[in-house]
Amino acid sequence: MNVQLKADHVWFHYTDEEGNRTSDDVLKDVSLEIEKGSFTAVLGHNGSGKSTLARLMNGILVPGSGTVLVEGMDTRDEDLLYDIRRHVGMVFQNPDNQIVATIVEEDVAFGPENLGIDPAEIRRRVDDALRAVDMYDYRLHAPSQLSGGQKQRVAIAGIIAMRPDCIILDEPTAMLDPRGRREVMKTIRMLNREFGITVVLITHYMDEAVQADRVVVMDDGKIILDNVPQAVFTKPELLQAVGLDVPQAAELLQSLGEAGLPITVSAIDEASCVDAIMNLFA
Amino acid sequence: MLKDITIGQYFPGDSLLHRLDARFKIVMTLLYIVMLFMGEAFYSLAFGMVYCIAALLLSRLPVKLFFKSLKPLIPILLFTAVLDVFFITDGTVYLEAGFLKITEEGVLTAVRMVVRIIFLIVGSSLLTYTTSPIQLTDAIERLLAPLKKVHFPVHSFAMMMTIALRFIPTLMEETDKIIAAQKARGASFDTGKLTDKAKALVPVLIPLFVSAFRRAEELATAMECRCYRGDIGRTKMKQMHACMRDWIALGVTLLLLCCAAAAAVLL
Repeated sequence: MNVQLKADHVWFHYTDEEGNRTSDDVLKDVSLEIEKGSFTAVLGHNGSGKSTLARLMNGILVPGSGTVLVEGMDTRDEDLLYDIRRHVGMVFQNPDNQIVATIVEEDVAFGPENLGIDPAEIRRRVDDALRAVDMYDYRLHAPSQLSGGQKQRVAIAGIIAMRPDCIILDEPTAMLDPRGRREVMKTIRMLNREFGITVVLITHYMDEAVQADRVVVMDDGKIILDNVPQAVFTKPELLQAVGLDVPQAAELLQSLGEAGLPITVSAIDEASCVDAIMNLFA
Repeated sequence: MLKDITIGQYFPGDSLLHRLDARFKIVMTLLYIVMLFMGEAFYSLAFGMVYCIAALLLSRLPVKLFFKSLKPLIPILLFTAVLDVFFITDGTVYLEAGFLKITEEGVLTAVRMVVRIIFLIVGSSLLTYTTSPIQLTDAIERLLAPLKKVHFPVHSFAMMMTIALRFIPTLMEETDKIIAAQKARGASFDTGKLTDKAKALVPVLIPLFVSAFRRAEELATAMECRCYRGDIGRTKMKQMHACMRDWIALGVTLLLLCCAAAAAVLL
């Protein structure tokens, strides 16, 4: 297997400027490997350490002990940070606070400009990236004229124009309305399926985690579950114990099963749930 | 109230003035200001006026816009005019009442000053009306590039301007939200004495500042994640190319400047 991101026995706590400890351990002995081209969702409630884990993966934070390797590069080495960030792009929660320029296409060009790419090539990448997130028609708009979902897609375009191998998204839909969330999730899936970019999606929405190939559930700084979505979401007791819900579809089928109906499939998304129920009538 | 400010606004268009290179436009605006303040004679001022009106027509922007940008300046204009009229006491006396004396020289100076200020404002508004903020900051960065030799942080300066422009609408929206939130808690912004009104702004400004600092920190992190290292090894998507029309426009400006200078000296 081709490992892109690797966290090895990582412990982390926050410190102030003098190096004094200001928090309890946020991450406790976390080890995780992310495969190239995979789509992983990291799930957890507030304070579970999931955002901290994301920030460790491209060197915004460095581990207290243990190592984080990006394509074999140690994030603790400051000389490598620039190269690490070329490989691993990051999208944050608030789209307003990551857009730099006053025009959409100028903002998308910001990353490639920092990489010192040839102007004609930047133009091509910017147009490609804007088309990929379906924002090409808005390229001359001001960011303030866009909706939340559109702004977040511009932020994603700004990252893919840098052509990274991996994108980490730290709760990219938390501040969006349902429509914006759908648009952004569609874009994220497309990045993974069509462009083969490794995606790590930090989220607390079950229905988003369901769309990944692998779900990592965190609680109190530790990884408590790490499996394919079907396996994770059919363990409602464990999820509820750490303050997470199961997807509605799984919950419904489980209740039906408990009520004595002959349900064997463990569906986690709406479509397969509908199929399972239709089969009852067949 | 914040939305009425037109200075610094950009009105997209496709006129000759819009298409000129921003660097040239800045230089031409500076030359134009020199032109306006060159001589005492009306003839010399006339060149600047003709130049400005020609540019205004070329920009194909509605003239109404410029009247709007002048409106907030009326008190200043009146104040300057009154000062000049009453305090310059040379030349033929038109009217004398007690210690007040209105003279030919005073009236002429007042008229000249008012005309100058009006044309100064209209001319410089033309620059911002026809040039997008990003082109403007880009042009400033390039024009100031020689200052890098003396370690002036030209790039950081231009980046600061870009970010400031980017966040004006965001912070305005935020201000409106905070005002609404404070009103919902019973704050009043329109009643009481001036000091009360000023005090009422404190609970608006503090959350605004706190949020602006938080935004700044998040933005800095996001910029670092996009490999920003200042201007080290940085390229630009949009290159600026000076073409024939830019040089011709600059030539015309210089020619008029020379004429104005000649008029100031000779007449």
